[in-house]
Amino acid sequence: MNEILQVLKDPQTQAMLRTQVVQHLVLSLTSVLLATLVAVPAGIWLTRHERLASPVLTVVSLVQTLPSIALLAFMIPFMGIGSAPAITALFLYALLPILRNTYTGIQGVDPAARESARGMGMTDRQMLFMVELPLAFRVIMSGIRVSTVMIIGWATLAAFVGAGGLGDMVLMGFSMVSTGHIIAGGVPVTLMALLADYGLGRLERAATPAGLRVSEGGH
Amino acid sequence: MVRFEHVSKTYAGGHKAVDDLNLEIERGEFVCFIGPSGCGKTTTMKMINRLHEPTAGTISVNGKDIMQFDPVELRRSIGYVIQQIGLFPHMTIAQNVELVPKLLGWDAARRKSRVDELMPMVGLDPEEYRDRYPKELSGGQQQRIGVIRALAAEPELILMDEPFGALDPITRESLQDELKRLQAKLKKTIVFVTHDMDEALKLADRIVIMKDGKVHQVATPDELLRHPKDEFVAQFVGRDRLAAAPELLSVSEVMIRRPVTVDPDHGLAEAVVTMKKRRVNSLLVTDENDRLLGLVTANELKNVQRGTVASVMRTSFPVTTPDARLQEAFEQMFLAHLEFLPVVDTDGILVGLVTSTTMVDALSRALWTDGEAS
Amino acid sequence: MIHHADRIMQMTGEHLQLALFAVLYALLAGVPIGILISRHKRLVGPVLWVVNAFQTIPALAFIGFAMIFLGLTPATGITVLFFYCLMPIVRSTYTGITSVDPAMIEAAEGMGMTRWQTLRMVQLPLALTIMLVGIRLATVIAVGSASIMSLAGAGGLGQLIFAGIDRVQTRMILAGALPAALLAIAAEFGIGALERMLTPRGLRAVKPTLRRESV
Ligand SMILES: Nc1ncnc2c1ncn2[C@@H]1O[C@H](COP(=O)(O)OP(=O)(O)O)[C@@H](O)[C@H]1O
Ligand SMILES: [Mg+2]
Repeated sequence: MNEILQVLKDPQTQAMLRTQVVQHLVLSLTSVLLATLVAVPAGIWLTRHERLASPVLTVVSLVQTLPSIALLAFMIPFMGIGSAPAITALFLYALLPILRNTYTGIQGVDPAARESARGMGMTDRQMLFMVELPLAFRVIMSGIRVSTVMIIGWATLAAFVGAGGLGDMVLMGFSMVSTGHIIAGGVPVTLMALLADYGLGRLERAATPAGLRVSEGGH
Repeated sequence: MVRFEHVSKTYAGGHKAVDDLNLEIERGEFVCFIGPSGCGKTTTMKMINRLHEPTAGTISVNGKDIMQFDPVELRRSIGYVIQQIGLFPHMTIAQNVELVPKLLGWDAARRKSRVDELMPMVGLDPEEYRDRYPKELSGGQQQRIGVIRALAAEPELILMDEPFGALDPITRESLQDELKRLQAKLKKTIVFVTHDMDEALKLADRIVIMKDGKVHQVATPDELLRHPKDEFVAQFVGRDRLAAAPELLSVSEVMIRRPVTVDPDHGLAEAVVTMKKRRVNSLLVTDENDRLLGLVTANELKNVQRGTVASVMRTSFPVTTPDARLQEAFEQMFLAHLEFLPVVDTDGILVGLVTSTTMVDALSRALWTDGEAS
Repeated sequence: MIHHADRIMQMTGEHLQLALFAVLYALLAGVPIGILISRHKRLVGPVLWVVNAFQTIPALAFIGFAMIFLGLTPATGITVLFFYCLMPIVRSTYTGITSVDPAMIEAAEGMGMTRWQTLRMVQLPLALTIMLVGIRLATVIAVGSASIMSLAGAGGLGQLIFAGIDRVQTRMILAGALPAALLAIAAEFGIGALERMLTPRGLRAVKPTLRRESV
């Protein structure tokens, strides 16, 4: 116990922690943001090109079967070490849940809603923004939440490719067999993941059109 | 076999689903519970095998309070068929049928021979159907299995909750016929819940009409058609069904209840005066106890001036009883070229009179309503 | 290369063993928990919240926390994987049991089955299809995350990956990563096949030839 407090009180550790928290946030948020920017349009595109949906989703889900640590390691020969390879690997990892949920979310829009939109003279674009996306929003958001939580977790492994983040602190704890360092790195990253899950979950519900809200959600 | 004494059931929410119910069901009897939705039929039935427990009163089966049974043992000794059929989809037909025997620890050979004995009873060849799964059978076949599953462990008592309610009308009728045939052979005690009056009239020995958790009327199908207790029952039985059954009308329903009578020791002149005053052409002769002794007609009195009614009355003539079918009475009267029939009870007491006019009226009214209804 | 192949086979074995033990323990704990919450509705929310939270904990942190108690042993890896597998198993057991048609339960009780018999002979067999979806997910999670457990001394293909990272040897990384990926894919499809095998014939889609039209 004493040892833990000692580590936590140490100003040097604290300074390190601050940097690492920022690094961790930047790593995770950048990759999720990039993944969202790519996967949402791609998911929409797939709903317009049904024949490609199944092969594309299969390939993207194959990426997910690679152990996350291996995917990160693969980047080293191509991109060296640092944040770039880490963000690239995390980005690839984050794609699948968002892509899949965007695709199924829009697919799942009641054809009747689509038809009446068409019937009242909406263009494709208007239909997408006024009907399909609002109705699929909750499912898409839930994909983003799943990705974010997952990526906050895997970003700890970015430490292995020299991208920093809270994984550094935990790994330091491993090598020094120091409970204090493990706690110092592990607790903030755990809280970050739990908060992201909770916060994005709230957002998901709050942003769901009132007419679509159900009493017990879940994904 | 089953006796309800002051049985009530109040659900957790405070809703009184069954209210002070008293009823005795005889061994071998086929009893149908019928009534509007929510009147407590299912609750009443489920209290018998303790799927629900009464909050007041006692239910006994074979004279023993069911609360003294282990509920699991009790249920294994009572057959149970539900509307949703409830065959287990992951078990074959044979496994479904032999389930209760298996729970009771019968050995495999005995179970198999029981299955092979039961399946032909509902027209299903064991060789062909034994190893099928429920979804490979039609709805009607499935409920046939549901019925023999309830019979498998040879219970004396079987509970059926709207068992044919989900079947199409043709299938339903053929299952009703089969059940009736089975019952004639096996003589089980059957408690059968239905909301279909035709079904109840067809199957039941006795019908229990329930309303608001209470027994409203208990009667045989005949009695129910002939004497619906009140407007509620009549409505429930259906006016058209009552009218559509003129052959079920009884003499008591149309007879004149106070026919003109005369004492046997009255003088003939007095009798003639009575006839004229009451505008009738015959008089029924009764003693002080209303016992019917004879009958005099105006025609006969014309030729005789002196003496008492007793000296001239006819003592041999056809009579009918209040329970007799109107149709029978009509035929009797027609064959004897009579204009009326006195109605006497089993003790020979005069209770009424039917005339050809009242009969023709009643029958034609019934037939006419029927014709209009169809 | 031959002795390398042997080594890879051995590590694949360790990898699988690690994942399968985690799933097995998660089944042993998760199925009863799922059954329990299906009977005590008040527990559903809190229990699902907790098992879901376990899933949210980042692997590296989780290994660290477990290591504080269990040290550098295979037990640490199995424990962490166990907690990751709990959610799909608890959830699918709960969903499976509560989605059994109430008429089945009524028929079972009405014919005199005890609660235990109803559970064993009716509810669990009927819940199996949904439970298998959870078991598949748990297995995929366990196989997929097992690589990192090498950090906690659990052996497995992760050893090659981490050694490859240390020495910056792509071939070594691949030698660990490819079999691990194949295992994850095999888990996904293998259990799919198992699901079809385990689904009782009565619950599968009917072959049209078997249906007879008669009442
Ligand atoms: N488990 C229950 N809890 C509370 N109320 C119930 C329950 N089951 C039935 N009831 C109520 O009790 C009344 C009688 O129900 P039931 O016996 O099922 O009627 P029936 O079978 O005649 O349609 C209804 O008003 C119904 O809503
Ligand atoms: Mg009912």
